[in-house]
Amino acid sequence: MSPLLHLYQERGVNMDPVKKEDRSQVFQKRGSKQKKQPKKPKKMMTKTFKEGFSGYLFMSPTIFTIGIFVVIPILYALYLSFNDVQLLGGIGYEFIGLDNYTRSFDDGRAMIALKNTAEYVLIVVPVQTCLALLLAAALNSNIRGKNAFRIIFFLPTVTSSAVLTIIFMWMYNPDGLINTFLAFLQLPTYNWLADPSIALKSIMIMNIWATAPFFMVIYLAAMQDISDSVYEAATIDGANWWQKFIYITIPILKPVTFFVVVMGVIGTFQLFDQSYIFSGGSGGPNNSTLTIVLLIYQYAFKSLDMGYASALAVILAIIIMVVTLIQKKFFGEEKLHD
Amino acid sequence: MKKRLFSKPFIYTILILYAVITFIPFLWAILSSFKSLEEIVSGITFLPETFTFDNYIQIFSQEPLFLRWMFNSIFITACMVFLNIIFNSMAGYALARIKFAGRKFWFFLILVVLMIPFQVTLIPSYLILKMFGWLNTYQGLIIPGMVNATFIFMMRQFFLNFPKELEEAAQMDGLSRIGTFFKIVMPLAKPALAAQAVFIFMSSWNDFMRPLIIMSDEEMFTLTLGLNTFKGQYISFWNLIMAASTLMTIPSLLIYAFFNRYFIKGVTFTGGK
Repeated sequence: MSPLLHLYQERGVNMDPVKKEDRSQVFQKRGSKQKKQPKKPKKMMTKTFKEGFSGYLFMSPTIFTIGIFVVIPILYALYLSFNDVQLLGGIGYEFIGLDNYTRSFDDGRAMIALKNTAEYVLIVVPVQTCLALLLAAALNSNIRGKNAFRIIFFLPTVTSSAVLTIIFMWMYNPDGLINTFLAFLQLPTYNWLADPSIALKSIMIMNIWATAPFFMVIYLAAMQDISDSVYEAATIDGANWWQKFIYITIPILKPVTFFVVVMGVIGTFQLFDQSYIFSGGSGGPNNSTLTIVLLIYQYAFKSLDMGYASALAVILAIIIMVVTLIQKKFFGEEKLHD
Repeated sequence: MKKRLFSKPFIYTILILYAVITFIPFLWAILSSFKSLEEIVSGITFLPETFTFDNYIQIFSQEPLFLRWMFNSIFITACMVFLNIIFNSMAGYALARIKFAGRKFWFFLILVVLMIPFQVTLIPSYLILKMFGWLNTYQGLIIPGMVNATFIFMMRQFFLNFPKELEEAAQMDGLSRIGTFFKIVMPLAKPALAAQAVFIFMSSWNDFMRPLIIMSDEEMFTLTLGLNTFKGQYISFWNLIMAASTLMTIPSLLIYAFFNRYFIKGVTFTGGK
């Protein structure tokens, strides 16, 4: 599976639309609760206590794990980012204020990583979103073998990013399958792995191929929910398929597109596995596949400069949140279900 | 009227073309894994000239750790699936059904957790695991991942729509909350649990970054890490590398073949369904 998928899952539901749907369910629940309230017996106290006890009993593994491995680490990461951290035997901290943050602006490699990652996001997200929409529209058109196509399209999503990267490296070999095919078609061939101006694009092609089908499934599910009557009305008004696609399908799917773009942006900003395997961990050739997360990895676990690496991770988190908020503005306040 | 969105031959052409594009890398990897090294170096042939199983045999004879990596991956993934299913469901059930003080706070916290990129917690988690002495151990990889906020959220949604009457009947019969949960509720939640299981399986089986950071001994590597090491050791022995890649992918494909409807269900859930 692509690591992206994992990240999408981790973050897949932090969307306002879902929360809204969820709120309505809470309201329904409250409504039903209120009806029953008058019947409640006097044993309230013991019952409240029992409920509290079983509530925390059920929550205890979650509270333990999220507390120790998420909440404390977030605070710890902020603390680390303001310190010069020495890892010799024990851990030594020296408070240096914002130095780690200001340092990143003078760090040539950090700027390269940021530029590479931004380029990657700006190309991959629009292309994979359009491809996903196109494939979903094609699949949603009452054809035979819909399920078979869907099962095949979904294959890369199930496969590990490590395996996919290794298979693509084999195909990208100078005299590998892709160059042989291009030469056969009389097209120019490339040094996909070792040419600094091409290497990042090789990863882009691979990841668009691997993640577009995941988003296709999301689009497809939403398209299947669009009522036929909308299209029938448009047909009566004399709209052709293209007009229907542009004026009905795309506007109705706008909230889904928001979701797909946000998840795409979050996933692409976190590119790591593919760059790491492609370059053997170096981000080469000539830093052309160096991404922000790969840089964080290198500083934290190769140079053991954990304070600076934490500052970079905090910056990454801020970038992702800001970009998500901008997208929200751009797409407006939308509900996923209406 | 969706049928008129495109003309049919055009749609079939697009779909078949894309199916071929999707399928070729897999086919190419599998075919390469049955070729001899001479054939791999001598140039491009699509089908193997001489069909050989040697590559698969060689992996196990030349890389004795391959079996160990396989065991590590299976063991870690099995634990992750088992613990996640139970703990996520328990938390989802509590958040949906049990009225305890602080319920709203914990639910809010889980939503916040969903929004934090995991790279932020990566370095501190590493230091915490180091402090526990859990680096390079199974628990170092399993314990931090034994709950998953996405699936807690999913299970909460599931239990909000779950019929109350059954639980009430069970409680009338004198079953405790825990008894009701494990004997009545969980067996009826099987479809949701299956969707959870396949996703936890995939994310654990295919995880690269966390094992890379936590496991330092080659003996403790998972298959993804092992495969990367293997690739480094046998550069240009693409026949062996492709055989190893194929071996690593077979379990995912088998699970996908049997449970693909749960995959689709899981994806559409993360899509907000």
